[in-house]
Amino acid sequence: MSEQLTSILTISLGAILINNFIFSQFLGCCPFLGCSSKVETASGMGLAVVFVMGLASAICYVVNMLLVRLGLEFLQTLAFILVIAALVQFVEMFLKKMVPSLYSALGIYLPLITTNCAVLGVVLLNVQNDYNFIESVVYGITGGLGFMLAIVLFASVRERIDFSDYPECFEGFPICLITAGLLALAFMGFNGMKIF
Amino acid sequence: MFKKRLKEGVITNNPILVQQLGMCATMAITTSLFNGIGMGLSVLIILTCCNVAVSAIRKIIPGEIRLAIFVVVIAGFVTIVDLLLQAFIPALSESLGVFIPLIVVNCIIIGRAEAYCQKNGVFDSFIDGITQGLGYTVVLVVMCLIRELLGSGRFGGGLIDLARGITLDGTGAGIQIFSPDYGASILTLPVGGFLTLGFLFAAMQYALKKAAEKKEKPVEEDEDETEEEEALAK
Repeated sequence: MSEQLTSILTISLGAILINNFIFSQFLGCCPFLGCSSKVETASGMGLAVVFVMGLASAICYVVNMLLVRLGLEFLQTLAFILVIAALVQFVEMFLKKMVPSLYSALGIYLPLITTNCAVLGVVLLNVQNDYNFIESVVYGITGGLGFMLAIVLFASVRERIDFSDYPECFEGFPICLITAGLLALAFMGFNGMKIF
Repeated sequence: MFKKRLKEGVITNNPILVQQLGMCATMAITTSLFNGIGMGLSVLIILTCCNVAVSAIRKIIPGEIRLAIFVVVIAGFVTIVDLLLQAFIPALSESLGVFIPLIVVNCIIIGRAEAYCQKNGVFDSFIDGITQGLGYTVVLVVMCLIRELLGSGRFGGGLIDLARGITLDGTGAGIQIFSPDYGASILTLPVGGFLTLGFLFAAMQYALKKAAEKKEKPVEEDEDETEEEEALAK
């Protein structure tokens, strides 16, 4: 039991800080750069990603078990992306009906999550790392939390960039990438951390 | 005609530097020339196949579910390339890891399907796949060269071996140009991916602006890029 707890703690800390999905694995950079101009939209996007990543990890674990039993492992990528697309669609319909306030807050970011490589990435990594069901779900949720931490931090820095002075040719994307690079540098500090 | 399209794909409408698509893999895998060329060619092949397939079936796809169909087509081709790489170039498959299956969600492919192949014929889409794929590969290769040279003083890691020439098993040591002790090793870490792409973007914006002012050929962007990087490394 305590072994299980230790592995869960290791996975969570690793996914949030040490191997942050954006800053050290480069998964989910497109929404990270695209939806981070305001802190509010960034936190909305982050929440949606946490939710979908957790659910996707759980469902894809079952789907993968099924595929392995049938001997159809080569269909993994295809099956996972279909599960994720269907899941996002389902979550969208559910929220629209049951929690309209959250639905309108997330807006267009929900359908965009389908093409977020962090979601497909976490599912593939779960399979690659041979995680069991609980570990998969924990990795999915904490990976999403790491994504949320990164995007909220980045958005709050970006709100201040508008008021600062930089060379003209750096306008737009380049200055964002440099900022993200410096944030990644800060996150590198966690690399030295040893857990258990 | 092909030349004009090629220029469009590589420079004026480059998928990464101008359309800003598919950056995750660009930053993640450009640590050695072996990875860069392997990833670039894989995307080129998948993009061309998907473009042809999507434009061939464009008239029978119902509009509402077209994205789902695109994703299935793309996932099919990605699986084929993934399995081929695992069988014939296992070293590449191992070093690119999860980023090969992740080509499914690479925005370049779905973006081109949505923006171009839906409206154009099979042959045009085929040319589009090749030119856009080349544009992607060129950016990857430039990033690999910068990060490898400035980061560890090497050229062509994994791909070129002094004794054996070009190797495909990923074990080539590359050509050591200067001692790695003098390299800015930060460029080989994830941070370097963000910074290099940022400077490359800036150089491209600068070049395109200059070109629009002069209405001439864009200046060689790679050179000022390297200078900027060197300044940064210091």
